[in-house]
Amino acid sequence: MSKPANPSRRRLMQAAGAGLAVAIPLRRVDAQPPGPQATQDRYEFFSAAEAAFIEAAVARLIPADELGPGAVEAGVPFFIDRQLAGAYGAGARLYRAGPWRQGTPSQGYQLPHTPAELFRAAIRAIEERLKEKSGFRNLSPHDQDGFLDALQNGKVDLGAAGTSEFFDVLLALTMEGYLSDPAYGGNRGMAAWRMIGFPGAYSNYYELVGRNAAFEAAPSSLAEGKHGHGR
Amino acid sequence: MATRLRETDAVLLGVGLVGSIVGLELVRAGLKIVGLERGEPRHTVPDFQGPHMHDELRYAVRKSLMMDTAKETFTFRNYAGQTALPLRRIEGFLPGTGLGGSAVHWNGQTWRFQDTDFRMRTLTEERYGKGFLPEEATVQDWGVTAADLEPHFDRFEHLFGICGKAGNLNGKKIAGGNVFEDPRSREYPNPPMKEPYGCTLFRKAASELGFHPFPSPSANMSRQYVNPEGLELNTCTFCGYCERFGCEHYAKASPQTTILPVLLKHERFELRTGCQVLRINTKGGVATGVTYADASGREFEQPARLVIVGLYALNNVRMLLLSRIGTPYDPRTGRGVVGKNYAYQTTSNVDVFFDESVHVNPFMRAGANGVVIADFVSDNFDHSKLGFAGGGYIGEVMSHGRPIEHQPAPPGTPKWGSGWKRALVKHYNHTVALNVHASSLAVRANHLDLDPTYRDAWGQPLLRITFEFPENDIRMSAYLTEQARRIGEAMGGRQVAASPRKRPYTTTRYQSTHNTGGAIMGADRATSVVNPWLQSWDVHNVFVIGASAFPQNASYNPTGPVGALAFRAAEAIVGRYLKKPGPLA
Repeated sequence: MSKPANPSRRRLMQAAGAGLAVAIPLRRVDAQPPGPQATQDRYEFFSAAEAAFIEAAVARLIPADELGPGAVEAGVPFFIDRQLAGAYGAGARLYRAGPWRQGTPSQGYQLPHTPAELFRAAIRAIEERLKEKSGFRNLSPHDQDGFLDALQNGKVDLGAAGTSEFFDVLLALTMEGYLSDPAYGGNRGMAAWRMIGFPGAYSNYYELVGRNAAFEAAPSSLAEGKHGHGR
Repeated sequence: MATRLRETDAVLLGVGLVGSIVGLELVRAGLKIVGLERGEPRHTVPDFQGPHMHDELRYAVRKSLMMDTAKETFTFRNYAGQTALPLRRIEGFLPGTGLGGSAVHWNGQTWRFQDTDFRMRTLTEERYGKGFLPEEATVQDWGVTAADLEPHFDRFEHLFGICGKAGNLNGKKIAGGNVFEDPRSREYPNPPMKEPYGCTLFRKAASELGFHPFPSPSANMSRQYVNPEGLELNTCTFCGYCERFGCEHYAKASPQTTILPVLLKHERFELRTGCQVLRINTKGGVATGVTYADASGREFEQPARLVIVGLYALNNVRMLLLSRIGTPYDPRTGRGVVGKNYAYQTTSNVDVFFDESVHVNPFMRAGANGVVIADFVSDNFDHSKLGFAGGGYIGEVMSHGRPIEHQPAPPGTPKWGSGWKRALVKHYNHTVALNVHASSLAVRANHLDLDPTYRDAWGQPLLRITFEFPENDIRMSAYLTEQARRIGEAMGGRQVAASPRKRPYTTTRYQSTHNTGGAIMGADRATSVVNPWLQSWDVHNVFVIGASAFPQNASYNPTGPVGALAFRAAEAIVGRYLKKPGPLA
């Protein structure tokens, strides 16, 4: 995986505030976050080709711009990788008994795949379809957006991987990685939280309730392991 | 072959809100009780502690405290002609599991239903005539009145330390409280919570339009409180992690903070967790106990003289169907009762978008703090020219600002890309969301039964939900949401976006965990499952308690009535049933 390009990295540092380390020391708080030895730049689940697709796709779903980092700069590809490598990817809490039938939109997800299986099958189908154009990552940003839009609207038949189901999960995981606690590998430097003004894991706002005033203090992450978390 | 255990006086199916309340009353009456809970034992310390509890991904998105849908779920269809399919993950509502049940992860909005709700059929026909309710409506009276339940509401509110302001004390109307409520015998045990800025904007606009705003009654504490069980609750800190989370601060009323510490140490109470009740056993019209599987899968028969069913509302109905207690409802003929009158909650919202000068700070909130109006609740307004029955409250009750879930954006905003990102930054902290929380009419087609195809991890049929919003409720939502939009406009936002409820009902996005009915109460055994004391008409030593008993769902949140019904049932068991076991009606 290539490191984020310098310009976007600079933007991230600006958004995150001068002097803040982007890589936050990790503390084990759950089965899902990585342990203290985990590095943030090694894929556990994705192959190199899959990672290339994911990096290119999430960079379009949440692009870097003057407002703040994009999904790639926030570490979202690694967040998705760890989710798929863990219990969620293996289908934790997913009812998996058949028979399998196509449902109505009101009935929700009805494919037999775990999230990990869905990603494998869908990325394979997408790359096969785009083989002549050297894959999704080599499309122009405009064409990438067009392809994602077609995926979202169920206009791309992914065979065994269904139609819009993959896009729905990809978008949900991208949002989760961008906006969840950095303990899970995304939202590096809490940059997305700083961008919108969400303070994270604070425990007490009592004195501030009722005022029409911006909350100015720095956000707080589970990964920081503060016992008094925040205030 | 199930191992037969020694008989106990009473067995609780589920140790959540209902099981905890009834369990404590029964051990005090001298009964030996076994509480069977399918989930884990869990306590404020260490299970709900910070900072790990403040984790949106783990608890709100991955739903760590909820029913494990890999093992059991529900199937769903909009109407009978469709094939129901399993909810492979449950997004639309949040059934809990584990000690304390859903009353651990609730928000804490605690209301009394009105007399116009309990006697909806009678009072609607009296006021508007017999043909007013739609032909498909299967609306029924509850067999109780607001006056019958007042002492039980009062007891529950004091157990849970509810914070609010009375609007009708023994018939005397009090400005600033809910002037539409039925008479209450005394003031709430605690004063209202602090008022967030968005609520202040709502209060001002609603007042200017001639409505009657008041603080939403809350089970998040406004001050230190010692409840009648001697348990102390702390002042809520507005941390913004309420619904979908356990409270780390002892500031949200739950079985853990208000009852369980007393019940669990009682010598006549035994808690068994990890126990999945498979069926209630009956012989000759009387329950003999239950069969359950423990966490290792071994089956046990627990004989008991009294069976208290206090599961999640949907699972109460499923347990009766699995146990063949009562006649299953058939929507084609209208015959039968178990599974009848399944209803929901008709919610909608209005977003008021402000500019950067207004800091809403949605993350500084508690689950139940807000300001609402009851002017359009139940039958508090004239329906004669409106073409629908029912109503709802409108209010600013923003319970959190957790950013994966809370992304206010004007209509037409893209779901991703730079347009999405710009909108998130622009609106996240400058948007007030107004809720419309409205009733759900019971109609013939909406019902619960056992699914013919899909089964749970123990090999038993799943419960099948058949539900679509009735035309009545779509019209109601349009009307109520328009009133909310008017208030939103008066609040002075730059843009106001109203989203009335539309068909089809879909389970893929959260709407409400207020699934009601299916084991409904009533004064007539031909049209209800349990009598006005929550006792099964068919098997007199089985009591089925919860929102499953609601004949239709009302405007307000259901936990207050569930608590009151639990106290009412417990009082009838202790005061009458134990002295002379048999039908109470």
